[in-house]
Amino acid sequence: MTSFSVISEDLSKKYSGKTIFAGLNFKLNKGESAVITGRNGSGKSTLMKIISGLISPSTGKMKFIKNEVELEKDFIKTNMGFVSPYLNLYDELTALENLRLFSALKSRSGNYDDEKLKSYLQLVGLYDRRNDEIKAYSSGMKQKLKIAFSLLHEPALLMMDEPRSNLDRDGISIIENIAMKQKENGILIIATNDEDDLKLCDLKINIEDHKK
Amino acid sequence: MKDFINNVRIVFLKDVRSELRTRYVINSLLMFVLVTISIIRFAIGDEKIEDEILTGLLWISIFFSASGGLARTFVKEEEKETSAALKLSASPTEIFAGKLIFNLVLTFILNFLILILFILITEYNIKNPVLFISVLSLGNVGLVAASTIIAAIISKANSKGTLYPVLSFPVLLPLLLTVINATKLASAGINPGEIMGEIQILVSYTVVVITASVLLFPFVWED
Repeated sequence: MTSFSVISEDLSKKYSGKTIFAGLNFKLNKGESAVITGRNGSGKSTLMKIISGLISPSTGKMKFIKNEVELEKDFIKTNMGFVSPYLNLYDELTALENLRLFSALKSRSGNYDDEKLKSYLQLVGLYDRRNDEIKAYSSGMKQKLKIAFSLLHEPALLMMDEPRSNLDRDGISIIENIAMKQKENGILIIATNDEDDLKLCDLKINIEDHKK
Repeated sequence: MKDFINNVRIVFLKDVRSELRTRYVINSLLMFVLVTISIIRFAIGDEKIEDEILTGLLWISIFFSASGGLARTFVKEEEKETSAALKLSASPTEIFAGKLIFNLVLTFILNFLILILFILITEYNIKNPVLFISVLSLGNVGLVAASTIIAAIISKANSKGTLYPVLSFPVLLPLLLTVINATKLASAGINPGEIMGEIQILVSYTVVVITASVLLFPFVWED
């Protein structure tokens, strides 16, 4: 059975001399989940970006361990799914083309499994609109497509920043089902202040507790 | 290596498809080329202009059309907030190489158009076409290599529009001085051996810029 862990070692981030957070340590193993909370502007998204590798921490390090071996940066990408308000897909491509593009890039072989991609679109309720350019999508539909994007290659680590944004009741139910499944099969990290999301996760990381 | 080539090809094809659907760069560049060439035509009138001056005018057209178009490749990713998805799916070097090839193809098509229009509207006399095209191509590769990394740098800045000419001019100056001289000599029909020095400078410049770009790009792209 594959083991997977995410470890934060003494993370801190400063912007223009101002400390956003410091001394942040946590470890999550497969089957565990964490929620990152804090006021608006407290640094939740910054921490999510650091965990995902989109930006670097000022000090400290993120480690990803798979089967007791630390993964290199390029291999983390295939093991991670990410949904966030500041991550957009290409408006000029269709939903299916977007998933094909990123699936092919993540596989590094240029291949993708079309049936699997279609099943993700079915899961988020966008199958019937799969051949429409996403510039014609509503914000809720775009959010659902981002969720499908985050599921590519069945990530060991799924990160969701404000996942309920713009979603209707069906969309929220999809998110909850995906989160429950991820908790069983991998690691889930959610950045939110939503009470329902707080209940979903085992560990609570309050950014406010890590400000110096 | 095969994985690297696959991802470079995917990034390149993505940019081609996006460009064909949005015409984000092509339309503005075509208009720029037409306006520039028309102005040159009106300015020249019936005067007989020396080939040395025409070479300078040709490179002015090429430089400014490149500055209008090449800067957009990375700016568009940042403005549309699509860079995060790309960062999470491919390595910086793959992204840089894909975009560099896209810019090369775009610039070669554009410069071919500029050259054809230029020859049609002026009496530009190219006495050694093979050498001329070789020098022009080498100059283009250097121009695109430098412009692509500069485009990546300015995409992170607030004042994207004004920064490109400011940053690119000092970086491109050695290339422009060399390539203008080499193009002038090639159009005058000299032997290739006589501009070997210029050709060596153009090749060296391109190799140095691409090497530096590959080393620098991950820092520019990821933070």
